[in-house]
Amino acid sequence: MDATVNTGTEDSVWGGGNRPLGASYGKMMMWFFIMSDALTFSGFLVAYGFSRFKFIELWPIADEVFTHFPFMHGVEAPMYYVAFMTFVLIMSSVTMVLAVDAGHKMKQKSVILYMFLTIIGGAIFVGSQAWEWATFIKGDHGAVETNSGRILQFVNAETGKRAALAEFAKTLPEERVKHEASEGVWFESEGYKTSYSLNEVVEGFKATPNILIRTEQLNEEGEKTLLDRKASLAKILEANQVVEGANLIHNEYGHRLFADFFFFITGFHGFHVFSGVVINVIIFFNVIIGTYERRGHYEMVEKVGLYWHFVDLVWVFVFTFFYLV
Amino acid sequence: MAHDHKLEIFRGLVKFKSNTQKIWGVLIFLSIVTTVEVALGIIKPRALTHSYFIGMKLLNWIFIILTLVKAYYIAWDFMHLRDEKTALRRTIVWVPIFLICYLIFILLFEADYIYNVYKDGFITWSF
Repeated sequence: MDATVNTGTEDSVWGGGNRPLGASYGKMMMWFFIMSDALTFSGFLVAYGFSRFKFIELWPIADEVFTHFPFMHGVEAPMYYVAFMTFVLIMSSVTMVLAVDAGHKMKQKSVILYMFLTIIGGAIFVGSQAWEWATFIKGDHGAVETNSGRILQFVNAETGKRAALAEFAKTLPEERVKHEASEGVWFESEGYKTSYSLNEVVEGFKATPNILIRTEQLNEEGEKTLLDRKASLAKILEANQVVEGANLIHNEYGHRLFADFFFFITGFHGFHVFSGVVINVIIFFNVIIGTYERRGHYEMVEKVGLYWHFVDLVWVFVFTFFYLV
Repeated sequence: MAHDHKLEIFRGLVKFKSNTQKIWGVLIFLSIVTTVEVALGIIKPRALTHSYFIGMKLLNWIFIILTLVKAYYIAWDFMHLRDEKTALRRTIVWVPIFLICYLIFILLFEADYIYNVYKDGFITWSF
């Protein structure tokens, strides 16, 4: 049984079970994971910065993109909903810390309550993000895209507000079908059929003198350039197709890369929140059946807590770089 | 695991009696910071959007600094970095900070270069 030579070091250093840096194996590995994940997110956010700096004069203004609040149709409420989402996530972070704290004191009942509240908070956040996506994809006013892929938006000259396509587009007696890849050139098709054809928008624009075109170009005031009627009439000739809403290829709010990064980064973050909720649910049931009570410590709650806070931490940066800056 | 919590924030300016109290204190602080950010984002004071520091609007500098402040308190108090050993804390914090700063520097410079190529080139990108 005792085939190994006892050098006297098994128990102290190489025998296992010791904790360098005062952290257990599991906790240290969670920190390593968080570090690598943080670098992944940084990569995404810096790539966003790269594209933004590249097209710094064309980039959409976030305040004009995210203006909706649920159940308040037609009310301009930039930022309020994201602020609400941020608060929900911070709040669920707080209940998570409280769960960890209760775990240290071996209070099973409090851990259950706080874990439950954390899960609810996470679910609200994921739901809000889904709503935000749906609103973004559906679109707002509609726009046209030029041959070079630039977006032209419409403004009512009298009110100074954005004009929706429906306000001025003419209904022409023409038959319009969705363009499928099976008809015409194989690599050209459209994902959705726009409510107006390009022809209807252009004709309606020509017939309505109080509609002006707004280009993507930012002026010195940091606002989008508004063309006068003469320049608008010349600009509309560059229009190539109608765009409603946003997807990975076309984006009515402005530069298409904005939509791409929005879907990719908030999507990746939302996926983290979702998996965080799933992990929290697993731990929640473990707490209920008393696994950690028998184990004698609630370190597992602390580890998932670290992941949950990390998700919150990432959101703080996403919030700043997508909605504020 | 019995944990000793360091119960003071702002370098000892505010001291709390228990860990739970500290958590609520930090929440209040984070909420205030977020409210300030959102308020500035909605109002957009002209003084801040029209003055620049190293090529970036003062308002954006404020947003980024406030974000880092929030990140600090989330990591230090919610993720308990304040209670970890100094060596662990430094390993976790400084390695990513170094790498991220490098990445930011190199990519933003490159992007600015490309922006100038697009701008000064004899080709129109809008037609």
